[in-house]
Amino acid sequence: MIVFLGIALALVLVSIVVYMLLTRKLREKYAFFWIVIGLVVLVLGIFPQLLEGLTLALGVQVPSNLLFSLAIVLLLGVSLHLSWEISQAEDEIRRVAEEAALLNTEVERLSARLDQLERGVVTAEPPSRPNATPVVDRVPDEPTLEDDSR
Amino acid sequence: MSAAAQDAPDTVAMLEPIMNDSLGRVLVIVPAWNEQANVGNTVHEILSRTTGLDVVVVDDGSTDDTAAVARAAGATVIALPFNLGVGGAMRAGFTYAQRRGYDAAIQVDADGQHDPAEIGRVLEGLRTADISIGARFADKGDYAVKGPRRWAMVFLAGVMSKVAGTRLTDVTSGFRAANRRAIAQYVRYYPAEYLGDTLDSLVAAVHSGLSVTQVPVAMRQRMYGNPSQNPIGASVYLFRSIFALGLALMRPGKTTGGQTA
Repeated sequence: MIVFLGIALALVLVSIVVYMLLTRKLREKYAFFWIVIGLVVLVLGIFPQLLEGLTLALGVQVPSNLLFSLAIVLLLGVSLHLSWEISQAEDEIRRVAEEAALLNTEVERLSARLDQLERGVVTAEPPSRPNATPVVDRVPDEPTLEDDSR
Repeated sequence: MSAAAQDAPDTVAMLEPIMNDSLGRVLVIVPAWNEQANVGNTVHEILSRTTGLDVVVVDDGSTDDTAAVARAAGATVIALPFNLGVGGAMRAGFTYAQRRGYDAAIQVDADGQHDPAEIGRVLEGLRTADISIGARFADKGDYAVKGPRRWAMVFLAGVMSKVAGTRLTDVTSGFRAANRRAIAQYVRYYPAEYLGDTLDSLVAAVHSGLSVTQVPVAMRQRMYGNPSQNPIGASVYLFRSIFALGLALMRPGKTTGGQTA
C-alpha cells in the first residue's frame, strides 16, 4: 500500500511539473530540480530495496533516516536557490523602477518644454530657469545600466 | 541645544562665489520618503541660500504629497514607483546626475537635518578628494547622540578611518558630496541594503580607488518627527551596522567595478 502511495506521489509531482512547463507557468531552470526529485521518488517507490541497499552501503541505521536526510538536503538546496533567485529578481526590479522614474522625469521635462514651445512662450533657446538644463545631453562618461556588476 | 545660533544668514554671502567657480554644475539630491511636512521647506531653503544649484527631489514611493510639495517649491522630482530605501533613491539621483552631465552631486536629507547653509562647505571638500562627507562630530554643532548609537558611531568611524586612510568621525552621515568619478562609481554600485547607502558605498568607493575627506558641519534636529533613539532600537542599530560593515569589508574590491575612467 505504502509503495503505491509513493509511486502515486512521484507521478503526481512529475505530471504537475510537466504540465506547468507545457503551459509556461514554470521556467525550466526551476523545473529541473523538481523533475530530478520526482524521478528519484518514483524510482525509490518502484524499487524500495534500492533504499535499503543504499542504507546498508552508507552505514545508516534505518532507511527512513536516510530518506529524511536526503529530503532535508534537497529542500535546503531548493530554498537556497529560490532565495538567490529572488534576490536577483529584486535587484532587477529596483533597477527597472529607478529607470522608469528617471524616464518619467525626462518625459515631464520634455513635455513641459514642448508646451512652452507650442505656446510660443520661449524660442528654441534653452530656458533660463535654474532647474532647466541644456536640451542636448552630454554623453555620459560610462554606459550606465549595462555594465552592472554582471 | 541652541538652534538659533546656527541660523545666522551672514555665512551665505561668502558661499556663493565658491559654487560658481570651478566645481561646475552641481546637483543637490534630496531623497524623501513621506516628508511632505519638511521637504518644501528644505527645497526652498536650498534654493534661497545658494545660487546656481539644481535641486532634484527623489520621491521614494511616498504615499503623501511629497512630490507635489517638492515640485511646488521649485525642485525637479524623480518619483520612484515604490519605496526603494535611501540606497535606491540615491542611485536614481546619481544616475540622473550622470546622464545630465553634472560635475558634482551632493545629498541633502529632506528632514531638515542638513543645513543648506553648509552645502558650500561640504562641496569645498571636493577640491581635495572625490567624496566629501559633512561630519557632525568634527567639533561643531549641538547634535547630541548617546548610548549604543553613539558607541556604534565611534566604532564605525574608527574602522572606516583605517579603511579610508584618513580620519573620519561620522561615517553614517548622509550629508556628502561626490565628484564625477565618485558619481560614476555610485551609479555602478550603490547598495540598497540597510546602512549600505552610507557604509558599504563608502567602502566600495575606497576600494575602487576614490579618496575621501570630511568637513565639519553643524547638524540640526529634525523639524517634524523623531528619529529612533530608544535604547533597543539603538542597540539593534549597533549590531546591524557592525554586520553591514563586516560584510562590506569582506567583499573583494574588484567585484565593485574596478577603477573609474
